[in-house]
Amino acid sequence: MRRKPYGQKGMVVAMDILSYTAAGLAAAIKEGRTTAVEAMEAALARIDTAEKDINAYITVDREGALRAAAAAQEKIERGELTGPLAGVPAAVKDNLCTAGMRTTCASKILENFVPAFSAEAVLNLERAGAVVIGKTNMDEFAMGSTTETSAYGETRNPRNPAHVPGGSSGGSAAAVAAGECFFALGSDTGGSIRQPAGFCGVVGMKPTYGTVSRYGLIAYGSSLDQIGPLARDVTDCAVILEAIASHDGKDSTSVERTDTHFTEALVADVKGMKIGIPRDYFGEGLDPAVKDAVLAAAKRLERNGAVVEEFDLSLVEYAIPTYYTIAAAEASSNLERFDGIKYGYRAAEAGGLHEMYKKTRSEGFGAEVKRRIMLGSFVLSSGYYDAYYLKALKVKAMIKKAFDEAFAKYDVILGPVAPTTAPRLGESLSDPLKMYLGDIYTIAVNLAGLPAISVPCGQDAQGLPIGLQLIADSFQEKKLFRAAYSHETFERMEG
Amino acid sequence: MANVITDETIDYVGILAKLELSGEEKEQAKKDMGRMLDYIDKLGELDTDGVEPMSHVFPVQNVFREDVITNGDGSADALKNAPGEKDNMFMAPRTFEA
Repeated sequence: MRRKPYGQKGMVVAMDILSYTAAGLAAAIKEGRTTAVEAMEAALARIDTAEKDINAYITVDREGALRAAAAAQEKIERGELTGPLAGVPAAVKDNLCTAGMRTTCASKILENFVPAFSAEAVLNLERAGAVVIGKTNMDEFAMGSTTETSAYGETRNPRNPAHVPGGSSGGSAAAVAAGECFFALGSDTGGSIRQPAGFCGVVGMKPTYGTVSRYGLIAYGSSLDQIGPLARDVTDCAVILEAIASHDGKDSTSVERTDTHFTEALVADVKGMKIGIPRDYFGEGLDPAVKDAVLAAAKRLERNGAVVEEFDLSLVEYAIPTYYTIAAAEASSNLERFDGIKYGYRAAEAGGLHEMYKKTRSEGFGAEVKRRIMLGSFVLSSGYYDAYYLKALKVKAMIKKAFDEAFAKYDVILGPVAPTTAPRLGESLSDPLKMYLGDIYTIAVNLAGLPAISVPCGQDAQGLPIGLQLIADSFQEKKLFRAAYSHETFERMEG
Repeated sequence: MANVITDETIDYVGILAKLELSGEEKEQAKKDMGRMLDYIDKLGELDTDGVEPMSHVFPVQNVFREDVITNGDGSADALKNAPGEKDNMFMAPRTFEA
């Protein structure tokens, strides 16, 4: 196992349970080799020992989780709960609403918010039998790449606690990597699932836009946000995505799909698969260790029958400015709802209504959130709308077209997840623009609505994990799963 | 282009964003926004004449459904989160003098 052990000596049973994948655990529970309650106890014991170093969770509902695990176990024994994740303890990013469980978005402005309903993705997980342990840490309102902008303290990377776990789904990635859950849900607006998965050495997947309902996901950039799994292996990701994908009338951008039997695509065979490597992903700023590991993975797929070819994707350096314009614009609009009236924090001693709005928001939001709301308000303001916002929407169309042309030639695009491995804590926030540049390989995927997966492909000299990113055309998750599962299998076989 | 960010611009954006910034925060915002806009100006290098702006990646138009209630009355639960509540309503500060 790649994970660093946090268990105590003598906890043989708990250690064994924690080495299961989510799908493996569900099978073991079904066969009576362990129980949902034992699995939950093991995860909670790991949380007890690991959290002081990692801080992956904002909220852990210990009693509720044990109660739900006991209820799940009874239903499993009676044959009423037969889902693919029956009895498996899961963590949920704290921007997904959970009925009766505090949901903060890692912001002070939602410190006391207890949703009256659950996100559709969470309900789908529960229908598949998963049991929610608690809510994971993140960058405030998912704005950040390090999980350092959280109002509840930063999360640390389980592989080396002096480093960040990535972000914004850093708590979810760290919880999976540290064995504090068997899998987690995250959200990805510009790389927020794939980059922390890469930094923590787990598998993370962003589905095609519209595949998973966004109902109950607290919105950041609505045209870019998508919920997805973070897990120990590719198989788990396919099982989880199969469970959470659904058409939902409550999300008007939800897509009706019939081809969601993703586990069918878990085949270790890439013979004849056309894989394109964008030359523009291997230029200046890319850490040589990351480059070598990613190209070695490409070579391995080629040795196993894939047709690998370099090509020019183009427009890569325009993705970040396009993204930050659109995401900030949407954020400034989405976050207007936090005004101290219906829920969340309200500033004390504010005079009139307008004064109260301003004080509440100024005290409730952190610096990075304010920065993006300001930028978004500016690019949407009269006089600048055409020059900035509309221009970005036009470049977005050009970026989508560049991907369309690439997918006319290739089944899958292969590249790094991020230019470097996980930076040290405190290195990124002093220079926001530099931090934004770290999103260069993940961000265009969201602009074009594509599915992509981040899979471990080795480590650097310091032992920090390196992530391989595979990108497919819209609705072609099966190609992704096939390529990723093949990579995982061949890497294990060939080392 | 970043020279468009004057003190007046920051004040105006503060009104749009409903944020009250301290003097120090305003200076920082001016600097940060100026740098970001300089960077975003890179998009000006691209000729986008004749390109249709793309707000949605799939050709989805208006999506309609029947307006059927599927959940119960959630008003009591919703009000539990309100910072101020009175007579089954959200309570807000006074907006005008009677």
